[in-house]
Amino acid sequence: MARVEVRINGTKHAFDTGTTVASAILSAGINGFRKSAGGKPRGPLCGMGICFECSVTIDGASHQRTCQIALREGMEIETDG
Amino acid sequence: MDRIDSQILVVGAGGAGLAAAAAASSNGAKVTIVDDNPSTGGQIWRRGVGSGKDQAEGMEADWRPGRVSFIPGTTVVDAVGDNALRAVSGTGMTELTYDRLIIATGARERFIPFPGWTLPNVFGAGGLQALAKGGLGVEGKRVVVAGTGPLLLAVAEFLVSRGAKVLFVAEQATFGKLSAFSAHLALFPSKLWEALNLRLNLRKVGIRTSTIVTEALGTEKLEAVRVSRNGREAVYECDYLAAGFHLVPNPELPRLLGIGCGEEGCEVDQFQRTVVKGVLAAGETTGIGGIELSLVEGEIAGHSATGNEKAAKRLFRARSRHRKFAELLGSTFELGEELRQIQNDETLVCRCEDVSFGVLKGFDNWRDAKLQTRCGMGPCQGRVCGTAAGFLFGWQPRSVRPPIFPVKAGHLVEESKL
Repeated sequence: MARVEVRINGTKHAFDTGTTVASAILSAGINGFRKSAGGKPRGPLCGMGICFECSVTIDGASHQRTCQIALREGMEIETDG
Repeated sequence: MDRIDSQILVVGAGGAGLAAAAAASSNGAKVTIVDDNPSTGGQIWRRGVGSGKDQAEGMEADWRPGRVSFIPGTTVVDAVGDNALRAVSGTGMTELTYDRLIIATGARERFIPFPGWTLPNVFGAGGLQALAKGGLGVEGKRVVVAGTGPLLLAVAEFLVSRGAKVLFVAEQATFGKLSAFSAHLALFPSKLWEALNLRLNLRKVGIRTSTIVTEALGTEKLEAVRVSRNGREAVYECDYLAAGFHLVPNPELPRLLGIGCGEEGCEVDQFQRTVVKGVLAAGETTGIGGIELSLVEGEIAGHSATGNEKAAKRLFRARSRHRKFAELLGSTFELGEELRQIQNDETLVCRCEDVSFGVLKGFDNWRDAKLQTRCGMGPCQGRVCGTAAGFLFGWQPRSVRPPIFPVKAGHLVEESKL
């Protein structure tokens, strides 16, 4: 299975092709993706693009719904949990 | 802005959408099918890493070569006039014009708030399955599956197959209802076979009826769940909670086009046509009924949209049969009153804007609650909290405003340059 290398919060990780950004972040041991309005850590809920809890910054673009985006080689992923 | 003109435009590439595209293309039409995911398959046939058998690919093989274009990563956000939609993708906004539109945007899980449900590692039931299909390893993870609906058993079976330790399934429906459901499955041979297989694969997992998760416990993330059955409580340590309360149709695109759509889905005639000329709907959009019904409805819609009434009529009998299963689903997995009693004043209902149950219960309608608390004004636009409020307070929002998904301001500027 082909692998894709990305960086999550500055650290290099490799995952199988086809892995979504959300699944990659969870696999890297990060459970809190963003901070709620009240400052609490939040992670993915619906896994299908409707809850927006999985929103993180990818290649400088914020509010990306990571559960619906497949990893691309060299992606820079930044969480804020 | 890019523009794509289509004879037949299908929004949603799950079961219904795929079947509609196949049927329409078989009648010679050129079809464009769009989805917000990176591949076809929708939820039930979600593709990803190690998905195994690929039914979606099988469906795509039914597309007449050169007649169907699939555009992934595309989210419909607005409608223009009576023959065009606007959608966003990674490259910006696209205008999609059509002669006929088939709405096949499927369903989403219903989430009922309970104390601690906003902790990381509390997922939807379909949610955890989707994330696992997307590459999250669950081997060795202790998982509690909870809520209601046939999806719970399907998810439990899936997690077991991926090596998770499913501690038990907490189903809020009673044993009586579940038994009656199982007995009625004998009327649906394909479902019965599925059910028997399910039972076999889940023989080591306890399925506890009349059981509710009343609290998710933990500080930075989930550590344990509190479970209640007929007044008796117990706490179980676990890594993941997969909690969902059956499905509701996604009503936003129908409503955007002026088609009424509540939790029972939108109305269609026998040819899957909505009240709006040129717009058809198929699959869970017309009411939750499962994959077989979705496939038949999609096929009928595809034939109907391309003028092949004869082929559409041949499928009416199969559709009636599958609709009976839909009725069985609806009655079995009705939400019990207990689910309105597990929230406390601090329990968040709106996760985007942090609006609590205690604040919302002081209102008597969705509009006032929304305007004064911002509940439903966050990115999910009420998809999570609005559905929950529907159950908790009986509020049924009926209208939508474009954009039906959040859009970057830069894309709106692009749109206005037309």
